[in-house]
Amino acid sequence: MSETAISVRGLVHTYPSGVTALHGVDLDIAPGERVAIVGQNGAGKTTLVRHLNGMVRPTEGEVRIGDWSTTEKSIAELAHRVGYVFQNPDEQIFARTVATDVGFGPKNLGFDEERAQQAVSDALEAVGLAHEADVHPHHLSLSERKRIAIAAVLAMQTPIVVLDEPTTGQDDAGVQLIAGIVDSLVQEGRTVVAITHDMDFCIENFDRVVVMAQGEVRADGPAEEVFADVAALEAAAVEPPQLLRVARALGWSGTPRDARAFVDQLTQHRGSGSSA
Amino acid sequence: MTARDSETGRDRETERDRETERDREAERESTKEATVTDANAPMIELTGVGFAYEDAERFTLANLDLRIDAGTVSGIVGASGAGKTTLAKTIAGFIPLNEGGTYRGTASVAGRVLAEGTLSEAAAAVGLVTQNPFNQISGARFTVREELAFGLENRSVPREEMERRVDEVAARLRLEPLLDRSPYALSGGQMQLVAIASMVIMQPPVLVMDEPTSQLDPAGTRLVYDVLSTLSDGGTTVVIIEHKTELLHEHCDSIAVLAGGLIVRQGPPGAVLADDRLTSWGVGETRVTTAARLARERGLLPVERALPIGVDDAVDAFSTTERAAS
Repeated sequence: MSETAISVRGLVHTYPSGVTALHGVDLDIAPGERVAIVGQNGAGKTTLVRHLNGMVRPTEGEVRIGDWSTTEKSIAELAHRVGYVFQNPDEQIFARTVATDVGFGPKNLGFDEERAQQAVSDALEAVGLAHEADVHPHHLSLSERKRIAIAAVLAMQTPIVVLDEPTTGQDDAGVQLIAGIVDSLVQEGRTVVAITHDMDFCIENFDRVVVMAQGEVRADGPAEEVFADVAALEAAAVEPPQLLRVARALGWSGTPRDARAFVDQLTQHRGSGSSA
Repeated sequence: MTARDSETGRDRETERDRETERDREAERESTKEATVTDANAPMIELTGVGFAYEDAERFTLANLDLRIDAGTVSGIVGASGAGKTTLAKTIAGFIPLNEGGTYRGTASVAGRVLAEGTLSEAAAAVGLVTQNPFNQISGARFTVREELAFGLENRSVPREEMERRVDEVAARLRLEPLLDRSPYALSGGQMQLVAIASMVIMQPPVLVMDEPTSQLDPAGTRLVYDVLSTLSDGGTTVVIIEHKTELLHEHCDSIAVLAGGLIVRQGPPGAVLADDRLTSWGVGETRVTTAARLARERGLLPVERALPIGVDDAVDAFSTTERAAS
């Protein structure tokens, strides 16, 4: 299972409405990678990731999850390997209590009672909602429901976790909590794929960035390289992270990924007296 | 009551805020007898407002004071659970008119206490864009075009004007390609734009928006802020609840911080977002501010220099530093 990689080949998807959302996407993701997918609304990001758990099937091309081709597996089978957190938690949450909702996945995957309970309490602990286990999800705020949706997928302990805009509506503490979850998933050797519009969150937490526009991959590589690809970012209407915009305006060649790296570069620029 | 509240309020304020507080109090004195026609009266004024939801163990809003001037854009920031949505509903009169619980204090818009009127009067005074756009769709109409016209229809606006206003708002928020679609067949971001458009089209004197850009991409977000700026230039008072502090810095005239059901700070965006206590209130600094703090610690930025918030002031701050160093 630890060898579960994602392989997308020549993927085309046309919706019944006739709209083609993906025009031939190739993408390989190795086990344990943390990959962010960025781009405007309508670029095809959600359509792409919904192929990973079989919610959407290829019109052309192939999607493989490890040694499985998604066309040969049901959504229920794919749920053993890919957990998908919806952008809108209300499309995902359905049970009367938080614990039941989070416990649904593990139960369906055939976890025994003890393992399921442990998975639920670990997942609720991870999203900081252990104290809300017996509450009806609709009594919680949107940002809390988003974290329940994340917990429900964490509890399934899948080798691949897909997060569709995980930081939406989260406050500062919520964003930090989600960054911590991404970290620990990757440390456990699991693969994390996230769609995000928050470029600061993106560059601080993801090593690899895939830029999409009009149903195509426009750039794909290490965060530092992709965010230096001005043409691709402009084509995809992606604004670089704040500190990178400052670094660029200052004429620096480096790509600081966080505040510390930025100040390190500032120190270097001052030390070398390289400024005009 | 008021005297005691401002006393406890003052305890919380630092030296820097005291002056503003005194100004505010002086102003409050002078506008005591404010009427709708008083040009100096704040558009929105909350005094000693408290609210606890039915069956709740605590007050979500606790003796809250807030003043917002006419024609300004004001940001409201705060951690999840600080009471931001409750505050938005209170400004709009939904609390207490449409929500059970314990309510106290006075909230007025344009000198009128909305709690003393009807819900439809409140809706005419304040347009509220709620956090979940899905809940805002009327459910009574089949297309986005009809959805946008729904509020105007209820107010018996003539057909010709209605059509003109639908076209205008659709153009502003780039909704033309969606006009004949079902409101329910939209993506979250599109639905959010429709929810905003359906309030903007009503041209309320006050527009309150609860995280209106949470599901939008950067282009959509920019579009919304451009529309807000235009509305504000036209005299609309805009209140926006938002986590994206970099955007608030660019677009707001003032920012208020809500923590524990109280406004703990209100002032110009640059000052509020550089406040040392910001993170302790559960509000994230911009990356630029965090970097600037670190640079200051390492002696790379003079202590007396104001901390930058956005890209432009950061470029200014750090290039000055470089020049000073060389």
